[in-house]
Amino acid sequence: MWQELRAELHPQGVEVVTVALDTGGADAAGRFIDAAAPEHPSLIDAEHRLDELLGITNVPMGVWIDEAGTLVRPPETAHPGKSVLREMMRGQKVPEDVPPRVLEMLVETAKIRVKPERYAEALRDWAANGAESEYALSPEEVIERSRPRTPEHSEAAAHFALGQHLHRAGDADAARAHFREAHRLDPDNWTYRRQAWSFEDPLQGPSEHYDSDWLSDVKASGAENYYPLPDL
Amino acid sequence: MVLERPEVDRAAFAARTGWEIKPEGACQSDRCVPLPGAPAAGPIDVRLLSDRLGMALVSDEAHGLWALGPESAGRVLPSAEMPDIELPDRNGRPFALRSLRGTRIVMVAWASW
Repeated sequence: MWQELRAELHPQGVEVVTVALDTGGADAAGRFIDAAAPEHPSLIDAEHRLDELLGITNVPMGVWIDEAGTLVRPPETAHPGKSVLREMMRGQKVPEDVPPRVLEMLVETAKIRVKPERYAEALRDWAANGAESEYALSPEEVIERSRPRTPEHSEAAAHFALGQHLHRAGDADAARAHFREAHRLDPDNWTYRRQAWSFEDPLQGPSEHYDSDWLSDVKASGAENYYPLPDL
Repeated sequence: MVLERPEVDRAAFAARTGWEIKPEGACQSDRCVPLPGAPAAGPIDVRLLSDRLGMALVSDEAHGLWALGPESAGRVLPSAEMPDIELPDRNGRPFALRSLRGTRIVMVAWASW
């Protein structure tokens, strides 16, 4: 869906770069990239470096970078004018034999608060007006709006890195111990949780290895809080 | 970053974290943090970097591994300068973000999960 917006913005000097945060690398993300066949750079971050460098805590999140390589918006929930999940669900009749838990996930997903058109409007304004756009922030605002990083967040990142390393080495049990620590130390980080849950179950459901799962955590925190609305 | 010894190569540390080891200490943008006792050349003890830069150090003795987290006690972004990052495309070809310098970029993180 980013391609439609990219086709509109690229002639005005704005390029889209998509980055898959996937420990599984091209094996996990490649087929989605092949299906989308994007004209813009589509990269894979198998080490979740963007989590650490920018403070990405869920997907989709985006940043804006100006011509000089300066961030003019820090990470925030980013939708290309449409919500990918909503589009997938639009007009789809739910099969009668859908498992109850999946049905419950669909119900919660529908409650997630997104204003995808608002982000695209802001991007169009930046494409048209550049540094004069009201949505292009000063360096001080970018820093101030970026996530605070506590010693616990740093420790969580170190555990997550060890978890990924051991997962790739085939030691799933040892990896899980580090993932659990990352989840405990940085409980607001959906990226750490969703990536680890996905190794147990593609639908990120309950498993014996973690004391939480996507549906339980969304219900506990409230679906309306799942994506913080961008401050636009 | 994950390490097999409690020490880190200077170039690897700079490439991964953006902190360059100079005679005056660990430096990023216009900020330098002194590293007392650091050798003039060669690998740096990660315990020193952890202590001076507020980077969590986690060890996994059973697997002979160490991991250094990012610096803490501030905001994730110490400056608005986009970190110089190079990532592969789906065919493994590296792509440097700086190759788009002169163009505005909206960079979006997504995932298969």
